[in-house]
Amino acid sequence: MYPSEMQETISKLLEKREERLKVPFKRITLEEKAPLLNQYHPDYVAGSMREIRVGVDKGIRAPNELADLLEGHSRINPDKIDLSKITHDVDVLVIGGGGAGASAALMAQEQGVNVLLVTKLRLGDANTVGAQAGTQAADRAEDSPAIHYLDTMGGGGFYNIPELVEALTTDAPGAIKWLEELGVMWDKEPDGSMHELSGGGASRRRLHSARDYTGLEEMRVLRDEVRNRQITYLEFEPAVELILDDKGHAAGAVLMNLETKEIIIIKAKAVIMAVGGGGRLHYQGFPTTNHYGATGDGLVMAYRAGARLIYIDTMQYHPTGAAYPQQILGQLVSEKVRTLGAQLVNRDGERFIHHLETRDVVASAIIKECRHGRGITTPTGQPGVWLDSPMIEMVRGKGTILKEIPAMFRQFMRYGIDMSKEPILVYPTLHYQNGGILIDPSAATTVPGLFAAGEVEGGVHGRNRLIGNSTLDIFVFGRRAGVSAGQYAKQANPGKLTLEHVGKWEKELKDAGLKDRPISPMLLPNYTHHENPLGLGVGIVPELGEE
Amino acid sequence: MTNKEAVLEPKKAQEMIDVYIMGKRYKVTKGLTIMQALEYAGYQMIRGAGCRAGFCGACATVYQIKGSPQLKFELACQKEAEQDIYLTQIPFFPANKTLYNIDTMKPTAEDVLKAYPETVKCFGCNTCTKACPQEIEVMWYMSDALRGDISAAADKSFDCVMCGLCAARCPQGLMPYNVAMLCRRLRGKHVAPRSKHLEERLVEIKAGKYNTEIEKLKKMSKEEISKRYASRDIEPEK
Repeated sequence: MYPSEMQETISKLLEKREERLKVPFKRITLEEKAPLLNQYHPDYVAGSMREIRVGVDKGIRAPNELADLLEGHSRINPDKIDLSKITHDVDVLVIGGGGAGASAALMAQEQGVNVLLVTKLRLGDANTVGAQAGTQAADRAEDSPAIHYLDTMGGGGFYNIPELVEALTTDAPGAIKWLEELGVMWDKEPDGSMHELSGGGASRRRLHSARDYTGLEEMRVLRDEVRNRQITYLEFEPAVELILDDKGHAAGAVLMNLETKEIIIIKAKAVIMAVGGGGRLHYQGFPTTNHYGATGDGLVMAYRAGARLIYIDTMQYHPTGAAYPQQILGQLVSEKVRTLGAQLVNRDGERFIHHLETRDVVASAIIKECRHGRGITTPTGQPGVWLDSPMIEMVRGKGTILKEIPAMFRQFMRYGIDMSKEPILVYPTLHYQNGGILIDPSAATTVPGLFAAGEVEGGVHGRNRLIGNSTLDIFVFGRRAGVSAGQYAKQANPGKLTLEHVGKWEKELKDAGLKDRPISPMLLPNYTHHENPLGLGVGIVPELGEE
Repeated sequence: MTNKEAVLEPKKAQEMIDVYIMGKRYKVTKGLTIMQALEYAGYQMIRGAGCRAGFCGACATVYQIKGSPQLKFELACQKEAEQDIYLTQIPFFPANKTLYNIDTMKPTAEDVLKAYPETVKCFGCNTCTKACPQEIEVMWYMSDALRGDISAAADKSFDCVMCGLCAARCPQGLMPYNVAMLCRRLRGKHVAPRSKHLEERLVEIKAGKYNTEIEKLKKMSKEEISKRYASRDIEPEK
């Protein structure tokens, strides 16, 4: 039950539901799309971005919060780190314990090399588990990898790197098969054919799901397999800096135990960066769907080591974050809710955008409605629009919600909202880093020996990612990175380990007149209410970076 | 950084409640989740926080409301903190995970018991079910597994976030969530019928059926591909 002022707008929604069910709504044209994004998408908010003043891509733009960290000081003083005290000497080091990291570790091990995975939180505490709607792969007769290619390019505004999209879409069915072989419980029809739904910007039904726990199901299977294959993994030991060798090739990483603060030195012949994105940087004050450790660490470390970045000035705001109740503000309301037929409705009970447009478009349209007073405001002042979830069962039959989106149903029921009977209030929430570390189709970055996979890399999705292409990305490029790094490690002959690049970085900051910058990578956000005397992130760390 | 997880800067004075974190009292604003209350009180989480959205199982929490004899179980990121709540997090609990090769296992009670033999020791107290923050019928899926109905065990346990509270509460030392993990993989791999259209597509891709068309798309200028995109047909929703 909603507060009365919100309840009133629901009566208008109900009044117009019959008509909305019958009358088709026009899709947006490319000509209409550009001005909508320009005026309302957060990426275009004046003053929210600035140029990076140091590093190999000096001059590219990034959100202010990310730019601050990219121009940050290292957490370590390289002169005080003894690189001869190696804790683990491995062939392939995988940094990151989400879907991309786990996929990479499994495939690297299959190349017959020795693999170590390290992660900031626990293995599997990653955005992967929060992915609900599904994984795209063109495997139905009505569909093809070429159509998937076209949809992905269009969704990304045609900025995507063609070779990466080719890899993504042609590897996709194989990725689904790989997961099936590992025992992922895909939603299927009784005859075994995949139960596939459509999604925003997809011209075919190609979302493979596991109810609305798709990412969780994928991740828990991969984690179980990493354990079964006895791949060593270190938890609560994030990387804080990459180690290079004297030729400038990636050769390991400096880790820090989050609990004991111990420094750990890893030597490796190849390194895979798979640490995900940066939603916890809360660009422009947006809430986020991202997990607790999503603080953009991978971009910071790779950039400092000389890796090129691409499209880091574009973030994905998921159109439907929870706007009510306040306890779950910004948490994801799966796109699957729209995929199943729920329409978006303003305070007058009217549709204002087709529910299956791409995310950048839908998010902009919602912001537009709210900015022009056509949204609904909660008692705490949060604006939003209605997502007419009860429509799902009117169209697809009773019981559909519990069968298809049990996680969503449970999340709202915890707060007494039955989404099969009442609509839910949504507003855009910070969701995904569209760009990242530049890779080629083998997942190689511009630093020899350094590979990247998943949300931390960029170019695959152009300037806007489609639904179901993120989990696909982690499997396709995670697997490719694992194979490439494994093969690379077999013939690599690393020279002397060095952190010289960190010293050079500090000098570059100084030469650019950048003093007293934040310390990065951030590692964890700080949500404590009182002032933290030790500053940003995990308060325990700054002393390591100080002289 | 201010707290974007919740609106903490009230326009008017906000109601405060007493919460007891591991027995120590803190005043926090009303309306926060348990996790937000911990942070509001000053805890910088390292353990006990993961996805913050009810999926990862990192924030298993045991709580009691003062005066009530009943222990309750929830995910800290999903449950609202109440007045006089006594709480502690169980971010880790020891539980064996058996190593196995999923390829060579069969979806039978025999193979599940080979991996987790203590499962037979269940005496039906149902404490596991009461401890599940996802309201899964834990004891019943364990009983399905024992009977060899692997599909039912997989289906009933599907919403498991593997927080481990079932294992923490089991007086017999069972590991229900790990048994469930095995059952789901057995079902996905060995019970569910294979998808014919997927197999066919893989053969086509291997034969290079789509290469020419994708090559053509790759070479298109932005204008050409925009036009092609705008004119593509969109399959109706099902």
